[in-house]
Amino acid sequence: MAEMTYREALKEGLREEMARDERVFVMGEDVGKNWGGAFKVTKGLAEEFGDDRVRDTPISENTIAGAAVGAAITGLIPVAEIMFGDLITLAMDQVCNQAAKMRYMFGGQTSVPLVLRTVFGGGKNIASHHSQSLESWFMHTPGLKLAVPAFASDVKGMIKTAIRDPDPVLFAEHKLVYDKKEEVPDGDYTVPFGEAKIRREGADVTLWGTFFMLHKALDVAEGLQKEGISVEIIDPRTLVPLDKKTLIESVKKTGRLVLVTEETRTLATTAEVAAIVQEEAFDWLDAPIKRVNAPDTPVPFSPPLEDYFIPDEKRIAQAIRDIV
Amino acid sequence: MAVDKKTLKELYARTLKVRLFEEEVWDLFGQNVVPGTLHLYLGQEAVAAGVTTALKDSDWIQSTHRGHGHVVAKGADMNAALAELLGKKTGSCKGKGGSMHITEFGAGVLGATGVVASGLPIAVGAALSCQMRGTKDVVACFFGDGASNNGTFGESLNMSAIWKLPVIWVVENNFYAMGTPIKLTCPSQSIAQRGEAYCIPSKVVDGNNALEVYEATVEAVKRAREGGGPTLIECQTYRMKGHSRFDPAKYRPEDEAEHWLNRDAVEIIRKIVIEKGAITEKEADKIRDKLLKEVKKASKFALDSDYPDPEEALDDVYAEAL
Repeated sequence: MAEMTYREALKEGLREEMARDERVFVMGEDVGKNWGGAFKVTKGLAEEFGDDRVRDTPISENTIAGAAVGAAITGLIPVAEIMFGDLITLAMDQVCNQAAKMRYMFGGQTSVPLVLRTVFGGGKNIASHHSQSLESWFMHTPGLKLAVPAFASDVKGMIKTAIRDPDPVLFAEHKLVYDKKEEVPDGDYTVPFGEAKIRREGADVTLWGTFFMLHKALDVAEGLQKEGISVEIIDPRTLVPLDKKTLIESVKKTGRLVLVTEETRTLATTAEVAAIVQEEAFDWLDAPIKRVNAPDTPVPFSPPLEDYFIPDEKRIAQAIRDIV
Repeated sequence: MAVDKKTLKELYARTLKVRLFEEEVWDLFGQNVVPGTLHLYLGQEAVAAGVTTALKDSDWIQSTHRGHGHVVAKGADMNAALAELLGKKTGSCKGKGGSMHITEFGAGVLGATGVVASGLPIAVGAALSCQMRGTKDVVACFFGDGASNNGTFGESLNMSAIWKLPVIWVVENNFYAMGTPIKLTCPSQSIAQRGEAYCIPSKVVDGNNALEVYEATVEAVKRAREGGGPTLIECQTYRMKGHSRFDPAKYRPEDEAEHWLNRDAVEIIRKIVIEKGAITEKEADKIRDKLLKEVKKASKFALDSDYPDPEEALDDVYAEAL
């Protein structure tokens, strides 16, 4: 075990997979030597593996994604990067119509073992085109897997699982977790998809959330402990496949559920999770399920506006107090 | 270019095979056993035949919504292809794809796609894969004049040119995007002119002449295999039928349609091949009889096959069910 940032852990996972399997290669805008990725995740990889396997591309998102599809179905394992999650809108045909559907519409003739890395989330004052959280769109796309690693200790094992998965994986990261540090296991380890992690055990209320909201929730839970409220925190780690069992078991234990994500509220992943819990654990609920999300607006720019938009510790704590 | 007799014969047989296949599809459609819609390849057979005859089995093609001809020409099993069009369990896609997704991966077909211009990026990736894996295989990507107005055209041609990818961009210019004539959508004189703008050697050929298409493809394949990068071949051709099953194509001027319909792709290659002494009239008829028998057999296979069980709708979403 060594302490490292989420960024370093992710890079180490990529590096180990590239060294293990020569079919694995990275491509995207500014992923190579000159820049090393907009968030520096791939910095140093081009020096180690060469420009062919760490390939800078033109600004052509749809063809980056489509080329990843074409490479994946003919024997390579591309890890393509879309610089910001918002820009995946330019690649929706290749992601949702091609990668996600190929196995199905061709009757199982082909696998699409690609990884598409991108980054969601606000908090950096970079406004409406560089800050969205669009995970529910892709949770709504059969054929895609959707990884949402939020912690350094998971991200290395998750990128390895994504690379080794025979299906297309959208590997979503969050801008504010790249610098978060944790102990990360050494060497080769994988995190299975579809297994949530209980980040904090508690007895009074279950909190399910994603990305940076989990980091905020952990702080909130520490504070509420002093008030005598014990919060259990669940990180799904992947949204597709979704670990319902861990969530349902937790809700049956606590009888209360708060769902927290940075997505805009309507039809966010939290809406689906709320529906699942009312179907499968209705009799165990002692209070209405609470959702904490961003309002249904584009992401604003100015600091006070963005701070208002993104759920903060106060709102998370209040939602918990409301039902406990 | 000196083309040997065996190849000439193959060009005739392949063009004819696609024609007979599509005529059978048209007939089955008339019997109301083809669900949904279809985009017939009738009229454009020389393009698929000419291109695929210049390819090896291990080379790839990327197809389109008008893809039956590409797939059959590349050597897909006609039984499975016809069964797929009828939505049968024995179809090449187990009845999950149909006309617009007719595909046989094992025959070197990367896929047929219902989204116009979406095949180009996939061809880029497949060609990149051939290049990175050092296979010396090439990718021929079919698309229409309409697709050349989509953003992926520029993105993909550009990427193929900067990376010198082994890809052949095969534009089937049939002068109509559904019902919209090319003169309303494209300011350049040809699609080939657009290819040149991406520094890709580009040429226009008679898309109803399989030999001309073949010769251009041989040159392009050679360039691609030798590391010389992509080529664009604009094959000018014409649909014998409308865009899709219910379209009588009344929007096409009569004289234009007459000009093209008198330039039948099968008749053109048959005449050339016989004139060049590759086969006799009698041999040509014999080839036709043999192919027709195969097509009829495939048709019977498709008609006799079962539909999938309804719950098979849930299979093949992921490698393992979630």
